[in-house]
Amino acid sequence: MINDNLHYKGEPTNSLEVTDSPHLDRQKNEPFGQALRKNLFGNKKNTVLTVLTGLFTVFVLYQVVSFVLENSWDVVYIHLRLLMIGQYPLDELWRLWFGLYYASLMIGLTWGLWRGAGKAVAFTFGAVYLAFAAVPWTTLNTSLNLAACIGLIAGGYVLGGKIDRLKIPVLVLWGLYFPLTIGLIMGFGGLLDPVLSRYWGGWLLTVILASVAIIGCFPLGILLALGRRSSLPAVKYVCIAYIELVRGIPLIMVLFIGQLLIPLFLGGQTGLDNVTRAMIAYVFFAAAYLAEDVRGGLQSIPSGQFEAAQALGLNKVKTTFFIILPQALKAVIPAMVGLFITILKDTSLVAIIGLADFLGTARRISNNPEYLGRYLELYVFVAAFYFIFCYLMAYVSRYLERSLSKGSR
Amino acid sequence: MPPKEENKKTPIWRSRKFVPVILQIIFLAIIGLLLWILIQNTMTGLRRIGMSFGFDFLNARAGFNINEAMIEYSTSDPYVRAIMVGIVSTLRVSFFGIILATIIGVLVGIAKMSDNWLLSKVASVYIDIFRNTPLLLQIFVLNFAVFLPLPRIQEALSIGPFYLSNRGAVIPWATLHEGSALWALLLLVVIGAAIWVYKWQMKREVEEGKNTHPFLSAIGTFILLCGAAYLVTGEGPFQLTIPAHTGAAVTGGLSLSTPFLSVLVALTIFTSTYIAEIVRGGVQAVPKGQVEATKALGFRSATAMRLVIFPQAIRIIIPQMTSQYLNLIKNSSLAMAVGYQEIVGVGNTVINQSGRTLEVIVIMIAVYLFFSLTTSLFMNIFNKKFQLVER
Repeated sequence: MINDNLHYKGEPTNSLEVTDSPHLDRQKNEPFGQALRKNLFGNKKNTVLTVLTGLFTVFVLYQVVSFVLENSWDVVYIHLRLLMIGQYPLDELWRLWFGLYYASLMIGLTWGLWRGAGKAVAFTFGAVYLAFAAVPWTTLNTSLNLAACIGLIAGGYVLGGKIDRLKIPVLVLWGLYFPLTIGLIMGFGGLLDPVLSRYWGGWLLTVILASVAIIGCFPLGILLALGRRSSLPAVKYVCIAYIELVRGIPLIMVLFIGQLLIPLFLGGQTGLDNVTRAMIAYVFFAAAYLAEDVRGGLQSIPSGQFEAAQALGLNKVKTTFFIILPQALKAVIPAMVGLFITILKDTSLVAIIGLADFLGTARRISNNPEYLGRYLELYVFVAAFYFIFCYLMAYVSRYLERSLSKGSR
Repeated sequence: MPPKEENKKTPIWRSRKFVPVILQIIFLAIIGLLLWILIQNTMTGLRRIGMSFGFDFLNARAGFNINEAMIEYSTSDPYVRAIMVGIVSTLRVSFFGIILATIIGVLVGIAKMSDNWLLSKVASVYIDIFRNTPLLLQIFVLNFAVFLPLPRIQEALSIGPFYLSNRGAVIPWATLHEGSALWALLLLVVIGAAIWVYKWQMKREVEEGKNTHPFLSAIGTFILLCGAAYLVTGEGPFQLTIPAHTGAAVTGGLSLSTPFLSVLVALTIFTSTYIAEIVRGGVQAVPKGQVEATKALGFRSATAMRLVIFPQAIRIIIPQMTSQYLNLIKNSSLAMAVGYQEIVGVGNTVINQSGRTLEVIVIMIAVYLFFSLTTSLFMNIFNKKFQLVER
């Protein structure tokens, strides 16, 4: 067992975007306060450390609290709609509300049916809705809609907790969520009034870009991972070349290639708008990283699985898609969530190529001379939003990692 | 009956020899076709805007200015020179970023492993906050909300010999003089001597079983010989220039611009959160039995760390550290968002001026591949040294 660890060559789980929180060692029946006191002031060295860290913490907390209280935040709430949904037409807002309703109901149902990490997701979404509904500067209409979302989460929870048969419909509905919502937002290619991508903005654009990248990178990423493990040298080396090339260059360059070269690759025609080009760039970029994660999963499958599949008379394609891939993907779920967090954060790079995503919108607002020098308020708001959702994903990933490793023991 | 079975030939579509070859040929044909279409399209596209592919433009006059050029550069220099300036700027910010991020990352990682609950909690909050917000946002915050609101250069803040203003920071810096080359030579000799002393004392310690403090003696030798060299040559290895405030400007020292500082600090903070977790993961991956064994043998905790825990942890740490360093180099490209002109920033300007999109992007890809390949190469050599020698 010790030797196992000594010969450890792969990347352990801390390559994820996930961190573990410290825990206080506590004897049974020992009150929290006493354990804390023993931990913090147990000996001289610890006391000094505690006092120094304590002073630092108090100083930082004081700065943060006074910053929050001293500023009027009007630059944020005046532009709240711009920050959240950009210039999405007001008449078509119901489409976004539908997407949010749908998501809320699904989150509630998932929490009710599977428990586990669904609770954290539901509470985070609920808290964000509540915060937006409660602040005085959202309209009554918005507040009512958000209250309805909270109601849907709660309703979904109750329903999911009672009816166990809903599991399969809920999975199907989750599968339909992305195509339905994105179709609705775009207008189903002409069925409804189309809303062009230049009207998308703010957090809405960030979420759309991230979802497209996350979902779109799967087919290519999995194929690349399989190709890299292929026994055919031609396939293997083409895949290695692609993966290493894309992983070797910075994302901003991939975005440049998307913006500047895709029109050239298509023969000089500019049929694609810049949001679509950014999406293509993200998909091709994320696929290379996903391929490496999936490859880790493929390598972790014991060869007995291949042999068993062969003994059962399955051919290569069936073995790969029904035996190996499901296990490999399950094994790397935490790593994939880590990748999703990176993608969500990295969508902010479109601000450099001039799209008005969440950060790009904040940047544009801060350039308005009327709000000169109000950068920090805007950026703190943006940072808080990114933090909440990235941290939530990290939490879920940590939870999944723990529950998945429990199953295999 | 059985011999007949043996004689039956495998049909060609199930042959183990034949099928893979066919498959590969088909695969390569498809890839080739795709590439051919792409190239053909590009050629048509280029022709439509009246351009052709070629690197001759690199010798044309660049005509744009680059702030903080580390090598000599003026607007009349050719494009190729501008790109060189960009490469040096990338290396500059990455080099200092890697050093600072490693130092802070290791410190935060150690803090997170601390027994002290508060310290460990603070480290963990630091990691969570800076890991879960975009790097670009951190760069924006530092540039626009931290460094730009600082006082003007006339009222620059001074912290000892350091000056801070909205134009950036000025710090004391070492400049080389004529004696520096001689000093470099002397330093080599001194380091050689120190290593020899260390080995000699170590041998004595092993043979005689006495504590001869080999490390301390080596350091002592180093300091003593350096002092002697200073007395003989009468000057230090370099000249320290300390900035001075003259009312309207700060002279002397090394001045670092606001964009450079924002990028450097943001890269340092962002990467340090990853390094902290890598260090912690590496140390905690060392089996508990090893720690207990050092205790049983009566090692002091610092010695145990240096001789037992660290050498085992480093094997896990190095590969991950390499990828973080590469990430830092790649992430330094975000500097263009605040106007620090490194390779991607310069490349972007060149594209805008010359219209040579394809060529410039090819150059940039080549530069980054060169960076990542050399870094991996060095780290692989380093890694081999620390790899467990297996029986």
